[in-house]
Amino acid sequence: MTRKLAAEKVSAWYGPKKAIEDISLDFEEHATTAIIGPSGCGKSTLIRCLNRLHETVPKARVEGKVLLDDKDVYADDPVAVRRRVGMVFQKANPFPTMSVYDNVAAALRLNGVRDRGKLDKIVKRSLEQAALWDEVKDYLGKPGVSLSGGQQQRLCIARALAAEPEVLLMDEPCSALDPIATAKIEDLIFDLKKDYTVVIVTHNMQQAARVADTTAFMYLGHLIEVGGTRELFERPRETLTESYITGRFG
Amino acid sequence: MVFPFRRGTRRALLHPTGSSWGDLLFRAGSGAAGFAILALLALLAVVLAINALPSFRAFGFGFLGSTAWNPVRDEFGALPFIYGTLITSAIALLLGVPVSLGIAIFVAELSPGSIRVPLTYVIELLAAVPSVVYGLWGLFVLVPLITTYVSPALQGALGFLPIFQGQIYDRNLFTAGVILAIMIIPTVSAVSRDALLAVPQHQREAALSLGATRWESIRIAVLSYARSGIFGAVMLGFGRAFGETMAVTMVIGNRNAISASWFAPAQTLSSIIANSAREGAAGSLELGAIVELGLVLMLVAFLINVFARFMVWRFLGKREGGLE
Repeated sequence: MTRKLAAEKVSAWYGPKKAIEDISLDFEEHATTAIIGPSGCGKSTLIRCLNRLHETVPKARVEGKVLLDDKDVYADDPVAVRRRVGMVFQKANPFPTMSVYDNVAAALRLNGVRDRGKLDKIVKRSLEQAALWDEVKDYLGKPGVSLSGGQQQRLCIARALAAEPEVLLMDEPCSALDPIATAKIEDLIFDLKKDYTVVIVTHNMQQAARVADTTAFMYLGHLIEVGGTRELFERPRETLTESYITGRFG
Repeated sequence: MVFPFRRGTRRALLHPTGSSWGDLLFRAGSGAAGFAILALLALLAVVLAINALPSFRAFGFGFLGSTAWNPVRDEFGALPFIYGTLITSAIALLLGVPVSLGIAIFVAELSPGSIRVPLTYVIELLAAVPSVVYGLWGLFVLVPLITTYVSPALQGALGFLPIFQGQIYDRNLFTAGVILAIMIIPTVSAVSRDALLAVPQHQREAALSLGATRWESIRIAVLSYARSGIFGAVMLGFGRAFGETMAVTMVIGNRNAISASWFAPAQTLSSIIANSAREGAAGSLELGAIVELGLVLMLVAFLINVFARFMVWRFLGKREGGLE
């Protein structure tokens, strides 16, 4: 396994408030890494540093390095970074004025793709990858927001995949979904790692156990422990990790 | 303790029993004030309609399509004024909306907090400048500027268009449109800014995470999300331009005719009313015609405003609407 992405001594602030401190973490290629921890531990902030989205919040600041293929993304153009590192958010956020098709095609059009045949092909492929094609293939012209909550989230995954990223960041992608929709997305995450490097933030430990190869536990802005998912859940090295996964706090 | 009521009143105020006279009086008074506003609107419409009746009887709907305005021969028509109103409003929107949107985008999306607040106040102050002051400024600053530099330049560059041909008068349709553009900027930019600020952050992040630049994210995520609110803002600006009187009357040149050229003097519904409201004798056909112009003006402005407010209200009222 090679490492695709790595955080090196990353700290991040919101104004004067330090959200994460000195985090170093490797993300393997073609694997899923889960980041778990109680609310407010900084897990979302960490993945928002990976695609340089954190710095778009007013007064937010990042220190440290994030290496994508061993090159610091903070030395690169943020727009170029975000084209290689896609993201799916906690709440499904399709563009409400766009159809299903246009939502998926959004990133391609940003890249200047105008050829209808090429757009059709990538839209179809992305929706298939997001396990949504069969449900929406006859409704591509309908508004994206007319879909159900779970479908909207898969639409957002398709939208992110259409940009042909190398890494896919998912920030609690199932927290607003019912169990059936959650199961669909978890299956999907399992398939996606064949082609992508997946990083998922979740407050749901069972979900981490189901989908992730590696799991990292964060607490109060610090990375407490990282290891193989099975190992971390069965034989945690740190007492904090053990307390959290056994439900003693969080 | 000094208490300026009789003992009984004081007890009633301190321990309302539900039927105290003061309470009842207060309710009746404020209720009446509330209804008075509706009554006032209705009365206004009725009085205008009654006074316009002679003109409506004489000309019917032909009034709206006729270009005559001849008090001597008792021939009246509204077309030149409708034309003047529509063209000046269109110029106002054409010039004012892009600037307003630029201001709104800068204030809502790009400016740091330290500039945002003072800028917002300045924009709102502009809305409070009396229109006669705009007119005065238009007359002494804008008119010479436009007549000397802008109009000849436009004629030179776009002279093949009929609207930029002919003699350049110092007071004309175009200058009135420019003044109106400036006057609608506060309204349009303030309401558009509210619409942009109502766009949820997750929409911007959705676009950014796809690799959109700042401008691309504003275009695909912010402007399109807020489009109905912005449209409402533009309609509010249209409503303002449509009915604006004082500044327009001062710079439009006041000629009751339709000219293809924007550089010719013209007249709007509101400017003809301001200019000739004292001309017609009571009960005369001329006064009837003038009042009918007022009725048309009021009706259209009312409809534009209701429509605009509805658009803005519908947009601002369902901020999270995109996710339902």
